[in-house]
Amino acid sequence: MFAYILRRLVFAVPTIFVIILLTFVLMHMAPGGPFDDLQDIDPAVLANLRAAYHLDDTVWQQFWTYLSGLLQGDMGPSLIYRELTVNQIIATGLPVSVTIGLSAMAIGLSVGLLCGIVAALRQNSLLDYAVMAAAMTGVAVPTFVTAPLLILVFGLTLAWLPISGWNGGQIQHLILPVTALAIPKVAAIARITRGAMLEAINMDYVRTARAKGMRERKVITRHVMRPVLIPVVSYLGPAIATVMTGSVIIENIFGLPGLGRAFVESAINRDYPVVMGIVIVYAIFIVLLNLFADILYGFLDPRIRQK
Amino acid sequence: MKSSPAVATENGSPLPAGRSLWQDAADRFRANRAAMISAGIIFVIIILAIVVPIWGPHSLEEVYWDRMLIAPSLENHHWFGTDVNGRDMFARVFYGARISLTIGVLTTLVALTIGVLYGAVAGYFGGRIGTIMMRLVDIIYAVPALFLIIILISVFGNNFILVFVSIGAVEWLTMARIVRGQTLAIREKDYVEAAHALGLPQTTILVRYIIPNVLGPVIVYATLLIPINILVESYLSFLGLGVQEPYTSWGRLISQGTKEIETGLWLLLIPAVFLTVTMFCFNFIGDGLRDALDPKDR
Repeated sequence: MFAYILRRLVFAVPTIFVIILLTFVLMHMAPGGPFDDLQDIDPAVLANLRAAYHLDDTVWQQFWTYLSGLLQGDMGPSLIYRELTVNQIIATGLPVSVTIGLSAMAIGLSVGLLCGIVAALRQNSLLDYAVMAAAMTGVAVPTFVTAPLLILVFGLTLAWLPISGWNGGQIQHLILPVTALAIPKVAAIARITRGAMLEAINMDYVRTARAKGMRERKVITRHVMRPVLIPVVSYLGPAIATVMTGSVIIENIFGLPGLGRAFVESAINRDYPVVMGIVIVYAIFIVLLNLFADILYGFLDPRIRQK
Repeated sequence: MKSSPAVATENGSPLPAGRSLWQDAADRFRANRAAMISAGIIFVIIILAIVVPIWGPHSLEEVYWDRMLIAPSLENHHWFGTDVNGRDMFARVFYGARISLTIGVLTTLVALTIGVLYGAVAGYFGGRIGTIMMRLVDIIYAVPALFLIIILISVFGNNFILVFVSIGAVEWLTMARIVRGQTLAIREKDYVEAAHALGLPQTTILVRYIIPNVLGPVIVYATLLIPINILVESYLSFLGLGVQEPYTSWGRLISQGTKEIETGLWLLLIPAVFLTVTMFCFNFIGDGLRDALDPKDR
């Protein structure tokens, strides 16, 4: 198990390095420079600006400068918000995105598993059909449609919840965005769980467990759940990526000051240091969470560890 | 694919015509009701997307100053109502269908080309080169596609062509994995071994055994990639990075609709229903194709 974790960890480092290199090279392929829009500027000032941002160095020198800064935890200044560093922008946005992202994942996992298990245990009942129809819709309807509908119903018509803003992460401000973000995850996990559960329930060893008189509850928790969790855990990797994507949309709809919104804004403004910083943070997050999922996977299925 | 003509045997009774793999698949697909209905719906949407902008009662950009935000009605042929600027939604929804579907298909073609070439090369070379190539795919996987696409668009600008090239240039990863995995798996199959033993030339083995077997999963995944890419485009349009005025797409219409949810809910609901139904249909078609092309995988 330890060797397995170590192997996965060793792979994570070059992954992050290549992502940094890739985004850096991409950004430098952009035509024009960050100061092209400045008009009537003294050439001397421009030269100073270029020097201050290391723009006259070669691409590789710049990459090296960036990388060594990065290793010391410094992602440089923003090109648009002159008074802010990339670190500051990320420090403000990250808690927002992490809060809504992790809450949505937690709800997706718990409610999704629960719905899937209940549906599978009551296979072909009305409840099963209802859950599966809801899940199908939840998977198919995109977040940017569910979110405005939630706003309309709970924010505007019933006026129970605020429709936008962060307000220091107050719980009322979290409910709608987290729900909108969680719905597709709940739906997807419910479907995966139900499928895996129906397969596991018909396994020979489950029949054996029942035959030797094990209590039904114990059969489910001890023998059925373990293989059911494997496909759910392997879905976690892609799910994390889609939650991050979804959070870009959700943050825009609900006006939350998260990383996703900062990312889109800085991409439109061509604020490349911020874009790079956010991509790196996201990549690190995804790699770490995938690592976590892999470890969980190896824990659930011993065969994977040996490969 | 044409059926081969029946061959008469010695006593005159005709042998049953040979059935190709593809005919079997086509029959299985036709027997799948959900997939056939979905294909019918997509067909109707495509026809309407072609016809409505040409012969519809209203044009895309015509502004009716006296009829803004009209709910769907038969009056004045505003079947889907009008938007805040007094433009007919029926025309705009099907004009949006044109762009959304076109982008869905074109991006998939771009992804298909890159993915199949990359995967085939990685699978064919195998060994170290193949491993390194697939490691790179694993690494790019670690960045969510939408982020890469937004970076590409912000770097290279967002005209129509660049949007779909950007989407396609990012969404080929899974295709490459499928093609490579499939190539590797089929190379080891007994029937390929048998073909080698019979002395069939390399090209014949490739054309007759490897390509058809790789093609199945590729077609299935391509069908499933179309709705994904339509959705990606609508995400981009929603964020204001996709198609620009005067053009429109379902995502753009939805994005404009969300601003009017209190006064004109149909502006959100109608394009949303079209988008969702289209995604449902492509998924059913993809599932139907999977069952049809690989019956043992059911």
